[in-house]
Amino acid sequence: MYGIFAPRHLTSMALGLTLVLMGCGGGDAPSGDSSDRADGRSAPATLTDFQLAHGIGPITTEVELGELDAERAERGKELYQFNCEACHFLEDRFVGPPLGDVLERRTGTYVMNQILNPEEMARQHPEAQKLLTEYPLVMPFQNITEDEARAIVEYLRIAKEQ
Amino acid sequence: MIMSEKFRWALAVLVFTGVGMGLSGCAQEEGLIGAADAAERVYVAPGEYDEFYAFLSGGYSGQLSVWGLPSARLFRVIPVFSQDPETGYGYSEETKAMLKTSYGDIPWDDSHHPVLSRTDGTADGRWIFINGNNTPRIARIDLTKFETVEILELPNTGGNHASSFVTENTEYVFGASRFSIPAEQDLDVPIDSYKENFDGALTFVKVDPETGRMEMDFQIQVPPYHYDLARSGMGVSGDWVFFTSYNTEQAHTLMEIEASRNDKDFILAVNWRRASEAAANGAGQMVPGRYYHNEYDPGAGMATSEELSGVRLLQPSEVAGGMYFLPTPKSPHGVDIDPTGEFIVAGGKLATVIPVHSFSRMQQAIADGAIVETIYDIPVLDYDRTIIGEVENPGLGPLHTEFDGRGFAYTSVYISSEIVKWSLETFEVVDRIDAYYSIGHLMLTQGDTRDPQPKYLVGLTKTARDRFLPVGPKQNHPAQLYDVSGDRMVLLKDFPTIGEPHYAQALRADLIQSDVRRIYELADNQHPRVTRRSAEARVEREGKVVRVYMTSIRSHFTPDNIEGVELGDTVYFHVTNLEQDWDVTHGIAIKGAQNAEIILVPGQTKTLKWVPTRTGIYPFYCTAFCSALHQEMQGYVRVSPEGSGVPISWRTGTRGSTD
Repeated sequence: MYGIFAPRHLTSMALGLTLVLMGCGGGDAPSGDSSDRADGRSAPATLTDFQLAHGIGPITTEVELGELDAERAERGKELYQFNCEACHFLEDRFVGPPLGDVLERRTGTYVMNQILNPEEMARQHPEAQKLLTEYPLVMPFQNITEDEARAIVEYLRIAKEQ
Repeated sequence: MIMSEKFRWALAVLVFTGVGMGLSGCAQEEGLIGAADAAERVYVAPGEYDEFYAFLSGGYSGQLSVWGLPSARLFRVIPVFSQDPETGYGYSEETKAMLKTSYGDIPWDDSHHPVLSRTDGTADGRWIFINGNNTPRIARIDLTKFETVEILELPNTGGNHASSFVTENTEYVFGASRFSIPAEQDLDVPIDSYKENFDGALTFVKVDPETGRMEMDFQIQVPPYHYDLARSGMGVSGDWVFFTSYNTEQAHTLMEIEASRNDKDFILAVNWRRASEAAANGAGQMVPGRYYHNEYDPGAGMATSEELSGVRLLQPSEVAGGMYFLPTPKSPHGVDIDPTGEFIVAGGKLATVIPVHSFSRMQQAIADGAIVETIYDIPVLDYDRTIIGEVENPGLGPLHTEFDGRGFAYTSVYISSEIVKWSLETFEVVDRIDAYYSIGHLMLTQGDTRDPQPKYLVGLTKTARDRFLPVGPKQNHPAQLYDVSGDRMVLLKDFPTIGEPHYAQALRADLIQSDVRRIYELADNQHPRVTRRSAEARVEREGKVVRVYMTSIRSHFTPDNIEGVELGDTVYFHVTNLEQDWDVTHGIAIKGAQNAEIILVPGQTKTLKWVPTRTGIYPFYCTAFCSALHQEMQGYVRVSPEGSGVPISWRTGTRGSTD
């Protein structure tokens, strides 16, 4: 097996080298960071302080939680039941970590970005990557809107007391 | 970046090869072009989209396949008339209803002619209809979901081949009997009483303009000929539909000889609007006719079935002034209408010319009373008064014609295995190109509508023989892609297909691609046994029936351990896929289940039935790779002897029935 595989491997390496050399001569637009992957996704990058504190995703300024909005929390509870509780309990570990006290560990903005952008969080964010060693599954995206994510955060503020 | 460089490199090689071909083969004269040029015209870069959707019928597979043009990449096979173990269509309890007919549950049919719904004679991309030929039915596929959402059976009909075709605003989808049978339901008579007892039937199904829902409106009883293909008029001829007929000999045995004796058969022109008004005004009579109407809600994963009885049957005398026979040589196969609605082109499969009737001449002939005889109250018009041209030297066996909207028609020619391009002005052949081999239908992109896109033409050929690497005595049916944008037709590539594509449709992708559903909203799921929350997952015993209300999400089932099932029980897994992200599917299969797995798309509920036959431990698992922990997405069911009294219990992880 190894004997068959090795020469092919060398051939494809040689081909790759040729292609890279050919690519150098072109007058194409700049391709950005040299660590860019061929499939267009970038490799782990240096995160900003905001991203370290509040996650990577569509929420780029800190969301002030303000006074509790009971109506929004109620809506958040329903969303939580349909979209989150298949893997998260409030107090016990399950497929994912318990969420009753999540806002003591994370900002609301971080939780929203985790909900809205779970795959990139798993690839890029050190906290999310740490969690993967404990809970091996990348959290699914559930087509939650920003407004809905905000409502889920509102529910998580009071979930433990309910 | 690297890919594009790689492609450039590949092209360089191909250009070199192409030069070689150009020097050695005079390829251009044969409608071939350099390989590099052909490759570039069909190349769709990774991650880029095709310009057209193409829908190819599945023929004896009973399904409908979806492709991209010009790449000829297969995207999906939509199950329509046949059970599909790949998705569980026709196997899951809910979808079994889609295959119900008045003849029982039928797991298969033969699908020939897809047609896109139309607005003003132009494909509007809302639905696509397709016929079931064997046990006559018409199916509707919703193009926001790419799922079969409705199947309607046509009563008292044999061989629904002249189907499915739609009127220019999809007022009706229609069909006809290719094989005449007695109009009277279930009539038991000697076969050799054909002339006395057999009838043809044209069926008109009304389509709801908002929902697309089909409803049987009326049938017309016609002479016992064989109605082969059909088309709706457009523009000036928009009130009319046209059917070809053969077997005017009224033979019933050794048809290939006996039904080919007459020099002329007919195109039957029917004013559908007049017939529709007559039916609405109470013409005809309600006759016995059992048929099924099956509907599917893909979001819920739930199909329902209704058996109906009775159909309104009109006689030609009740559509007076609205039905005429146009004599046409010789056993005509296709009848095709040009984008202006003026030309009615017949494919006289045994004729030496392509006869072209004129709609305005037909109108004049009617006004002048140019009638040569009357058959079953249907006037036969004088051939010389309706014909406007006969295309000479079309090759042997012209079948079907499509149009480019620039004054040219393209006709497939079966026996001489070629496509001929001819002028609608001079009726002369201007170009011809080989087909590989034995071409049936052809399809020019939107070339059967008022808005042809003269870019690509797909030739749907019957035999591949040496075109591909051999895979045994049976090769898949091939298709060829031609470029028809220039003066000469150019062969770009050929590719194997699914089943036997008889006919096809194409649609500019930008008309629908942004409207295609990515998920079904869980909140909208109306399945009666949906489990929207994993907290509501449970197992219930109802006598000898055990119902598992199950959820799936990456990557576990809830519940995944089930006990208390006994021999003699019938178990239903009602599984709801809680995923709400595009293209995240789960499946379920359990050892020993006597049917297929089922596949669940995001937000959908479906039911797998299982009757255990032996005691023991039965693993079940997710059949669709869903995450890095897909292998772990499994569970167990314990099956105990009958009467063992093991209580029903279930769990997933720390949560279950006893907590």
